[in-house]
Amino acid sequence: MPTTETFYEVMRRQGITRRSFLKFCSLTATALGLGPAYSAQLAAAMETKPRIPVLWLHGLECTCCSESFIRSAHPLVKDVVLSMISLDYDDTIMAASGHQAEAIVAEIRKKYKGNYILAVEGNAPLNQDGMSCFIAGRPFLEQLKEAAADCKAIISWGSCASWGCVQAAHPNPTQAVPIHKVIHDKPIIKVPGCPPIAEVMTAVVTYMLTFERIPELDRQGRPKMFYGQRIHDKCYRRPHFDAGQFVESWDDEGARRGYCLYKMGCKGPTTYNACSTVRWNSGVSFPIQSGHGCIGCSEDGFWDKGSFYDHVTDTRVFGVELNADRVGLAAAGTVGAAVAVHAVASTIQRVRQPGDFGDRTPGGNPGADDPAKQQTGERS
Amino acid sequence: MSTAVPTVKRTAVYVYQAPLRAWHWINALSLTLLVITGYLIGSPLPTLSGEASDHFLMGYIRFAHFAAAYVFAIGFVFRLYWALVGNRWSRQLFALPFWRRRFWSELWHELRWYAFLEKEPRKYIGHNPLAHLFMVVIITVGGIVMIFTGFALYSEGAGLGSLSDRWFGWVIPWVGQSQDVRMWHHWGMWIIGIFVMLHVYTAIREDILSRQSLISTMVSGWRMFKDDRP
Repeated sequence: MPTTETFYEVMRRQGITRRSFLKFCSLTATALGLGPAYSAQLAAAMETKPRIPVLWLHGLECTCCSESFIRSAHPLVKDVVLSMISLDYDDTIMAASGHQAEAIVAEIRKKYKGNYILAVEGNAPLNQDGMSCFIAGRPFLEQLKEAAADCKAIISWGSCASWGCVQAAHPNPTQAVPIHKVIHDKPIIKVPGCPPIAEVMTAVVTYMLTFERIPELDRQGRPKMFYGQRIHDKCYRRPHFDAGQFVESWDDEGARRGYCLYKMGCKGPTTYNACSTVRWNSGVSFPIQSGHGCIGCSEDGFWDKGSFYDHVTDTRVFGVELNADRVGLAAAGTVGAAVAVHAVASTIQRVRQPGDFGDRTPGGNPGADDPAKQQTGERS
Repeated sequence: MSTAVPTVKRTAVYVYQAPLRAWHWINALSLTLLVITGYLIGSPLPTLSGEASDHFLMGYIRFAHFAAAYVFAIGFVFRLYWALVGNRWSRQLFALPFWRRRFWSELWHELRWYAFLEKEPRKYIGHNPLAHLFMVVIITVGGIVMIFTGFALYSEGAGLGSLSDRWFGWVIPWVGQSQDVRMWHHWGMWIIGIFVMLHVYTAIREDILSRQSLISTMVSGWRMFKDDRP
């Protein structure tokens, strides 16, 4: 594993032509929103800079992030970026196994101290004192803390590492927590999604190599270039939303015409991701394009936000799930009825006891014989 | 009934100054619009047929919501300012006499009056304690919650780096995620909508049954008392 080898050298060694390499650079530059001038900068970085070693750890997860990653649209990603990462450590897809594989982690930590990127897929269960999710005989929590101690930055792949995802869904029996709840002293880049989009994953790695810094992040630590806007903001069905044309039920005329899926519980308006621009599987499609609403898989705790098919979802308050519209309508009805009853009762009382309020007959009210209207108003 | 001379002594106090009254009615209008359009954003009207380019219904509804929201928010800021420069009753909206025992005993009395257990309500120049409590909780606290969650949601469409994002964008991760903010904002719509129902009813009822004027006070500013007893 020569330390001076660049990305470009690895690519050429793998039989990638320079033409294909440049195409990859321009595609990635565009994906990052950098403009044409930057593709040359990307190429230069790939040609000259020694590649950054990446350790890819797997915790409590389903490997869908890896599955997504290896389906990256551009063949170069699959052939090059992936093989380069597997050169270091990724227990799912590397050739080495057993003690040899684990030895690589220790070697990287020593050799590239403070200079490697730790990519984490999945998260760590804290229950039972973190003595769960054993890999090579040691709990993942321990391995994560060790590997993170000497890394440069951490990439939290997917919703598991970023938010907790399904294993952290209520009631979270294993007490699975996202990476940022375990590691506090390293920059963490969240790349949420279940899984994240392959092109987003490779672009994040490429950006970090080219500019030797982490991409600009939003308040929640996600790269702005991919998570700066909602699905809804760039959705091709958005004109139907603005026009007020919705799918009212599955397979209705609106569904056939490709109307907005808002009423079917589409979470596009509340989900930050690049699906509606980058799309999936080489840009073939994404859920909304296939006629199903977004389920908001890149959002924090999306499993616990009620049905995927409701727009007005349940609100979990002290263990009771309440739907704002149901409760609101019931409350409005109850209050309306109560007001009516109260008004009737007030009227009855008023009729029965006419002397008790306001106007009184002469003599009934001491001092009421003064005809002058006294205005004692004060202005302060 | 005597027809010769007026027999009712009424005293009056100038309570609500003109800017405050204007704020009240502008608020009433904007809140009505906000609740209606807000409900329609959460549960849109039935689908329109034809080409998308023929319609802009959701666009108009959302525009009305955002425009009314700005009116409400700016009005709220103005109301804060008016609490500083206005008369003593203009400050009631932002000050609940939580530690005053008398407030709670009077609140209890007012509740009993509404439960038909008291023969007569007490006189108040400003809000009665029950109204006072509701105003502070719904209009002040509720208004702040709605403004913060509302502008946070608005920032999502306005985009990163927009004014609303810089001022209110932090609300979203603070609450949880976008859908959570949406749902709390939605709860707020119901709470304010139901409050409006109660407010209108009690204002009319108090105007008729209590010992002071209510509705005309919000028009003229003068609180009229129907009797001289304490």
